[in-house]
Amino acid sequence: MNAPVKSSKYIRGESGDWEVVIGLEVHAQVVSKAKLFSGAATDFGAPPNSQVSFVDAAMPGMLPVINRRCVEQAIRTGLGLRAKINPVSVFDRKNYFYPDLPSGYQISQYKQPIVGEGEVIIDLPGGETATVGIERLHLEQDAGKSLHDQHADYSYVDLNRAGVALMEIVSRPDMRCADEAVAYLKKLRAILRYLGTCDGNMEEGSLRADVNVSVRRPGADLGTRCEIKNVNSLRFIAQAIEYEARRQIEIVEGGGTVKQETRLFDSRAGETRSMRSKEEAHDYRYFPDPDLLPLELDAAWIKAIAASLPELPDEKKARFIKDYGLSAYDAGVIVAERELADYYEVMARGADAKLAANWLNNEILGRLNKQGLSIGDCPVSAEANHAIIAMTSDGTISGKIAKDLLDIVWAEGGDPRTVVEARGLRQVTDTRAIEEAVERVIAANPDKVAQAKAKPKLAGWFVGQVMKETGGKANPQAVNAVLKARLELPEEG
Amino acid sequence: MTDLIGLTLADARTALLEKRVSSMELTGALLSAMAAARPLNAFVTQTPERALAMAAESDARLARGEARSLEGLPLAIKDLFCTKGVRTTAGSRILENFVPPYESTVTQNLWGAGAVLLGKTNMDEFAMGSSNETSYFGPVANPWRAEGSNQTLVPGGSSGGSASAVAADLCLAATGTDTGGSIRQPAAVTGTVGLKPTYGRCSRWGIIAFASSLDQAGPMTKTVRDAAILLRHMASVDPLDSTSVDIPVPDYEAVVDSGVKGLRIGIPKEYRVDGAPPEIDTLWQKGADWLRAQGAEIVEVSLPFTKYALPAYYIVAPAEASSNLARYDGVRYGHRARDVRDIGELYERSRGEGFGKEVRRRILIGTYVLSAGYYDAYYARAQKVRTLIARDFDAAFTGCDALLTPATPGPAFALGEKTQDPVSMYLNDIFTVTVNMAGLPALSVPAGLTMGGLPLGLQVIGKAFDEAMVLRVGRALELAAQFRAKPKSWWLA
Repeated sequence: MNAPVKSSKYIRGESGDWEVVIGLEVHAQVVSKAKLFSGAATDFGAPPNSQVSFVDAAMPGMLPVINRRCVEQAIRTGLGLRAKINPVSVFDRKNYFYPDLPSGYQISQYKQPIVGEGEVIIDLPGGETATVGIERLHLEQDAGKSLHDQHADYSYVDLNRAGVALMEIVSRPDMRCADEAVAYLKKLRAILRYLGTCDGNMEEGSLRADVNVSVRRPGADLGTRCEIKNVNSLRFIAQAIEYEARRQIEIVEGGGTVKQETRLFDSRAGETRSMRSKEEAHDYRYFPDPDLLPLELDAAWIKAIAASLPELPDEKKARFIKDYGLSAYDAGVIVAERELADYYEVMARGADAKLAANWLNNEILGRLNKQGLSIGDCPVSAEANHAIIAMTSDGTISGKIAKDLLDIVWAEGGDPRTVVEARGLRQVTDTRAIEEAVERVIAANPDKVAQAKAKPKLAGWFVGQVMKETGGKANPQAVNAVLKARLELPEEG
Repeated sequence: MTDLIGLTLADARTALLEKRVSSMELTGALLSAMAAARPLNAFVTQTPERALAMAAESDARLARGEARSLEGLPLAIKDLFCTKGVRTTAGSRILENFVPPYESTVTQNLWGAGAVLLGKTNMDEFAMGSSNETSYFGPVANPWRAEGSNQTLVPGGSSGGSASAVAADLCLAATGTDTGGSIRQPAAVTGTVGLKPTYGRCSRWGIIAFASSLDQAGPMTKTVRDAAILLRHMASVDPLDSTSVDIPVPDYEAVVDSGVKGLRIGIPKEYRVDGAPPEIDTLWQKGADWLRAQGAEIVEVSLPFTKYALPAYYIVAPAEASSNLARYDGVRYGHRARDVRDIGELYERSRGEGFGKEVRRRILIGTYVLSAGYYDAYYARAQKVRTLIARDFDAAFTGCDALLTPATPGPAFALGEKTQDPVSMYLNDIFTVTVNMAGLPALSVPAGLTMGGLPLGLQVIGKAFDEAMVLRVGRALELAAQFRAKPKSWWLA
């Protein structure tokens, strides 16, 4: 069940508090070389109509044949969502006319989906978690794409996407604010990417969400919902929910009633607009597709797939907290991407794990974000970072030098240990060398010595000068200690 | 050789192997007969050039001693089978100029065995009809006329062109498809043999779909032995058709003459219908006597749900058809209406102009029975009836090896006689639809003539995938009936 609802999630209307109820229907494109019922390729960005088989184009007499790989991916996803895998499921035809739907029906699963109830644990700010129920997951075909901007009088159709396998993942209406919906989608995306069943690319449309929104008085019965179609970024989902909740509250507070309808989110205007009402809704005339037999799954196959599942984000997060002593927050950030977690583990193995986590979250991710890169594009390997952290921990280099060193290998490449030796970046911990540098600085600045004695805070200036003198390689703690002794400053409280 | 065109498939095969005739001669003779039989309108498309080229290749193979099983044997193909590079219309205006870039599995099997394509036979539009009067390319005439009458009779349907072509010796044999009786009913009223195999015996890939859960291809021939020969080379499991079944295809011809001694033949009492001409009942009785005389035991069986078969069929078949025919939308291929304003008008006018009245009627029925609120009352119930019908047969077959019934409720009727009353037309399939609903194999074999000199057939129904038994019993009936009558060649006048 959901975590206890906090009042901060409520939206304040003119007549009091309102609670938003959100459910998501996510369409996730299955990672598979071929389409759900044909052998045509699924590559993104191919020239229009270059990946269309006779089946996809619904030529007369053509028949669908289920792609085993897509079924496997759906099972894998179901297992990753801790869901029930149905041993028998049925493909149905959803009938409607549209030019990008060549057969006049979409093959989908209506009454008997391949995957039943499951759950997703979402990560909330402050390290809290909540559970969002999964109602079902079913396999279905994608439609093609209608292009209305190619010609003044005609629309064009690209069928490359027609027949590509989608998993429709339907959540329970368990979310209570936009942040939770975003957290859910982020987590779902992470799980799919861990499993390798969907690449999660929202820009290319591999992951799209329909958002169901309704409002009610806290604790009251569910209100009438509106479905916002095809919202294609996390930011837009949050905006669409905020807008739609406000709109519904205004209607109800103004004495009106919310009409059940399908709406579109206009990202430029930042608002939702009516697409079609319940009365205009299609009658899809679902019936079992007579071209396909019921899909019967072999228990041994499901077991084998279960055995091949990777460690998923939740398990990994728990392990990182336990084994590496990370905070829930740090662990959550690191496990969000499988590549990032793998990278971290290479860095942290045999090193100061907390230092590794800070290093990754602050230094590496900071630089990557600035350059718009993902962890996979990181110019510095995890092994190299491991070396930098190890050298920092054992005092070979200072924290300050570590950052400089990272900049060097980031820009120029090279093995950090070699760079440290070649450029003489080794931290000076030799007290005599530091004392000599201190003496030189004191000798050159007698006036400052007098000032520092009167105003101990000026000692910091001496630290800087000594560091300069040593080319930044001196251990700052050692410098501090020597200076304080030499200048006869009191110990700080 | 004198009467080349009158040869059976088996005799022509022997004649070719013994080099008493060449495929070129045989093919040439049949092409001439086809040209002379234009008044029958049995063919939508004749392919003389291709036929002669295929015959020449066959002759070369025969000369080299590399003859395949059907080498050089000219066949007619129902225009529902897609033939690569040869126009395939399904008897419809909407596919008037459709040339498939692929070959159906069944016809590919036939060409792979060396058969020769003479042309594509006329049929009821999208196989919807029992008289071949719904074809966009005009009705087909039955080669048979009542004694002393000049009235044109229908050849039955929907495989009316194939039946007419076989009966008039325009081909050695033909293919048909049977959804509710479309092979057996025209065979019965044209004095030919028609076999509907078990659902799943022949691949449906490349056959234009009418009702996917009922459609099945089968042979239409002059003799039972010919049906055995042709079926062996039509049948195959097909990875492209998920509903085709992986059961070895036996050598049916080898068992065709095994006789019926010791077999139990069931007579289903529910097939005695009020108002059927006494001739039908008499012939049925005669058939039972023939089998008993050859050593079979005749037992009465009951199929109590028979009376629900026809109404249930007219729910299931139109429902599937309404969805299967949605792809003919004028967008990618086929007839497209001109000067349309928008997509809605493109659909409405392309389909309105492209489909004939009977097809439109069935699309409307099918759309209705699948609609929200009606699905359970119609489609779901019809499917339950189907299960009960299948159980009826299972029970009956515990006590017998095959069933004997009339094939049709009467002989060929006059052109236009039943077009105003769809229900009277649908009643033609009263003895045949039940078999499709249960997916079983059944054979129609010519058994006698009416007082007016018109052919009548008997139907043998077998257990699933027991076509061998059906053919054996059919052969016994054929032997006893000594059906030698031929239609008078009035079309040559």
